[in-house]
Amino acid sequence: MAGDPAYRMADPATQPPVIEAKNLDLTFQTNDGPVHALKDVNLQIDKGDFVSFIGPSGCGKTTFLRVIAALEHPTGGEITVNGMTPDEARQNRAYGYVFQAAGLYPWRTIEKNVKLPLEIMGFSRAEQEERVRNVLQLVDLEGFGKKYPWQLSGGMQQRASIARALAFDADLLLMDEPFGALDEIVRDHLNEQLLKLWARTEKTIGFVTHSIPEAVYLSTRIVVMSPRPGRITDVIENDLPKERPLDIRDTPEFLEIAHRVREGLRAGHAYDD
Amino acid sequence: MTDMSRTGVMRAGLGGGLTRGMAGTVHHVMPILAVLGVIVALWYAASVGMNRAWTLDQAERAGEELSAGEVIADAMNQERPVLPTPHQVFAELWETTAGEPVMRERRGELRGNPRSLFFHAYQTLAPTLLGFLFGTTLGILLAIGIVHNRAMDMSVMPWAIASQTIPILAIAPMVIVVLNSIGIEGLLPKSLISAYLSFFPVVVGMVKGLRSPGAMDMDLLKTYSAGTLATLLKLRLPASVPYLFTSLKVAIAAALVGAIVAELPTGARFGLGARLLTGSYYGQTIQIWSALFMAAICAAALVALIGLAERVTLKRMGLAR
Repeated sequence: MAGDPAYRMADPATQPPVIEAKNLDLTFQTNDGPVHALKDVNLQIDKGDFVSFIGPSGCGKTTFLRVIAALEHPTGGEITVNGMTPDEARQNRAYGYVFQAAGLYPWRTIEKNVKLPLEIMGFSRAEQEERVRNVLQLVDLEGFGKKYPWQLSGGMQQRASIARALAFDADLLLMDEPFGALDEIVRDHLNEQLLKLWARTEKTIGFVTHSIPEAVYLSTRIVVMSPRPGRITDVIENDLPKERPLDIRDTPEFLEIAHRVREGLRAGHAYDD
Repeated sequence: MTDMSRTGVMRAGLGGGLTRGMAGTVHHVMPILAVLGVIVALWYAASVGMNRAWTLDQAERAGEELSAGEVIADAMNQERPVLPTPHQVFAELWETTAGEPVMRERRGELRGNPRSLFFHAYQTLAPTLLGFLFGTTLGILLAIGIVHNRAMDMSVMPWAIASQTIPILAIAPMVIVVLNSIGIEGLLPKSLISAYLSFFPVVVGMVKGLRSPGAMDMDLLKTYSAGTLATLLKLRLPASVPYLFTSLKVAIAAALVGAIVAELPTGARFGLGARLLTGSYYGQTIQIWSALFMAAICAAALVALIGLAERVTLKRMGLAR
């Protein structure tokens, strides 16, 4: 694995993987018969990785993220999160989850929305205040705490939902197409901010997307998936430097990796039918 | 023409805005007044049509000839008309509210004045509000149970629906007689009937409201390992508030109907229902109609109060824009 060698070298030997999936299977029973959402998925995610999951709809990328979050339960195989079962990991506040829509509660101000997990987890009032202040600063939303969600733009709402996922300081951030509903300019801006945030917080990030440039721009590794049954067809190491200005997307290195992702998607027969 | 006048208004700036605002008000009020005018006209026409027979009958017995004008004038001002005219009803309303003290001295005590319609309205409103409180509480508790417990989900709703298909007139006397026999009378039996009618819309609305959060909202709380209680308090209850207010408006009107109906089978002496009953005993149609109007005014006022509470609450919750 490439990337920044300094932070990489400390990890692999001493640290157990953050996520380890072995022969993972998940079959949904539907009225039209069983649907193989995940079949024989093997993957290891190490601490500090930024892993993107890319593939056409129905390839199981969101399902895999939901299995990590213990929102779905596999029907076969094994998966550990921080060495525990996903359920135990969730009890230990292992991850923060960012959904496709911001999903802020409309009756709570931005501040109160970010506080929601802290209230449920029983943080003291003083600590709640401090954490809210910190994470709102982290996503550049200082001064918007007293606003209601509808008073903010879509991009700002999604930033608030990222702040909410960061509030209780989980090491793992799971993001399910978080910028999918935003326009491209806002998305570029948020991608840039997300990279900075990742560098600053040294979190491990699992990121579902259907955009090739987004996956290449953000990740250290790109997991290419294909549907029917949902499976991993390729894992591409992204050796672009950790420092990535937006115009890196015009460099030959970037386009080379994007090309490999596209090839991987094509190899998965994703668009044949 | 329209374009020109609009430009003129826009050029007039602030003054123009004011004019436009007033014009807007006039546009809003005009249709309401027009409808009201039609209703009143139809009402007068119906009164004359229904009361005419009595006037003609009396004239014939007295051997008098009446002109058309005289017939109409008499039909509009009978003492016990089949259908009283608007001015008779409002004169009665005025005399029994503004013209009578609510309390009066009797046998050395200050008591409610049975000639005051306000006193009767109070006699009905007190159990209405108490019953509404009972009904709403019961409705919310049942809805919470239905949403969280599968057995309750399967079993409570059919009973709640069945309870509303039984005519309240059949239940009210039984409830009141049974409670009377164990020494409970006055406010409580009446409010129980009110509660019986008002819990149902609350159950239906709250079940819908508590179930209104989407899958993503629920998943979010799951990622925090939130329990049932936290989910109820942080998500389900706040999400159900708009549904609750819609139900409350229906419930309070039903509670008022319940309190009035509860007065009918028991020969209550005070209250709007009692007023309707005595009016019908003695053929006092004007009294019946004025009691009906008072009931309608009370219902409108109660619903308006809930509407006000709704606006204030939703604004404070940031849900009104």
